[in-house]
Amino acid sequence: MKLEELRFGTELLKRGFASMQKGGVIMDVVSAEEAIIAEEAGAVAVMALERVPSDIRKMGGVARMADPTRIVEITEAVSIPVMGKVRIGHFVEAQVLQELGVDMIDESEVLTPADEEFHVDKKVFSVPFVCGARNLGEALRRINEGAAMIRTKGEAGTGNVVEAVRHMRAIQSEIRLISGMDTQERAAYARKIEAPVELVEDAAVRGRLPVVNFSAGGIATPSDAALMMQLGADGVFVGSGIFKSENPEKMARAIVETVHHFNDPKVIAEVSRGLGEAMKGIDIHTLRPDEVLQTRGW
Amino acid sequence: MAGRIGVLALQGDVSEHLEAFRLALGDRGEVSAFRTASEIPDFDGIALPGGESTTINRLIQNAGMQRPLQEYDGGIFATCAGMVLLATEVEDDSLFEPLGIMDMTVKRNAFGRQRESFEADIDCVGLADPFHAVFIRAPVATRVGYKTEVLAKLPQGYIAIRHGLHMAFSFHPELSGDLRLHQLFLENLGL
Repeated sequence: MKLEELRFGTELLKRGFASMQKGGVIMDVVSAEEAIIAEEAGAVAVMALERVPSDIRKMGGVARMADPTRIVEITEAVSIPVMGKVRIGHFVEAQVLQELGVDMIDESEVLTPADEEFHVDKKVFSVPFVCGARNLGEALRRINEGAAMIRTKGEAGTGNVVEAVRHMRAIQSEIRLISGMDTQERAAYARKIEAPVELVEDAAVRGRLPVVNFSAGGIATPSDAALMMQLGADGVFVGSGIFKSENPEKMARAIVETVHHFNDPKVIAEVSRGLGEAMKGIDIHTLRPDEVLQTRGW
Repeated sequence: MAGRIGVLALQGDVSEHLEAFRLALGDRGEVSAFRTASEIPDFDGIALPGGESTTINRLIQNAGMQRPLQEYDGGIFATCAGMVLLATEVEDDSLFEPLGIMDMTVKRNAFGRQRESFEADIDCVGLADPFHAVFIRAPVATRVGYKTEVLAKLPQGYIAIRHGLHMAFSFHPELSGDLRLHQLFLENLGL
């Protein structure tokens, strides 16, 4: 084998990386100590952050990529993959994370968008991207830009699963709809949801998104995680839900165990005992329009 | 005789393994996913998929599958994280207790992080033409026992290994659409 014949950063490697995360829990962490707790609890990856989303909400101001020192500290602490967030459209933050050795980049609505017209052109990067979506059109637009994984946007930092449920149901129901359509109807539907017709066709034939589909945004308990899995998620992201709970270590283990046995209420009942308080949470209807994160991006 | 292959379905690229074995078996047998220890003896061969080795190892312990897997007398087809699980020893991590089914020392993330993941055509013993291999944050074996047959290697270490009915790969044969290594495994099992 010749070295010059190695191929890096291909679509297969990016989507393959995402496939290896299936059935797993990806946890938000803000320090090396938290990253180690997450790894020991069985997380498949950690999301290295400056602050968890619920603290970003409280802080206000412009939320940006984390300090490289923090990201490096976390990548050096664990052997599982490390992900990092960049602002929507901020391709230089993405270049920095790639340079730092981050394994997957989340172009995230949780941070303040840097571009109100364009998302990052993800195809030019060699590391894979995950992006949020609320419906099929949004998911397919992101995949078209090169996203190797989709996650529901939900409403991050609220500890309220209602929006994640809405987004997962929307995506699944639209896929069922296009699966029953003929080619002409699919082309018309693609125009309507502003998605490339080839990707609509692809999703219809597969009966699922062409990339791994996780759930994120408001998961706070083992039952929340199992709910998203039963609704068809390939895995879950848990943000503030773990390290804002009373007993993070126990909560982390319980959510991991639940995701692997998401169809077994006996296991969920067992691991949910005595977890202490989950994060407090926010009723979605009390958020002002400018506090809603999911409407960032399109 | 119709063969039965089981894919360990705790975490990782389970559906890709199911699909690859379904195609490789054709009408010679069936493949199914399993999540409990009691199902293990039913299979002629089992697959340990790619995923996160720390996570899968922990779930194997929680599910009480360690002993049943160690005592299993069929063939095991292990890729990436699966290869790490089969090892007797993991470099730079004394806390990680693999299953110890194949006598080898493995090094995790031997090529680096995701940006160093790569595709390449490799030569493999038993195959007439090169195999297109997909390495994703891949491990390698840095030492193998004397009864272990090395099928392929790179400067970093051994990447395809056979021991009796077991086969272990650093890369992901289930992702490249080439089923020749699956066929070799099934032939070894007499299927």
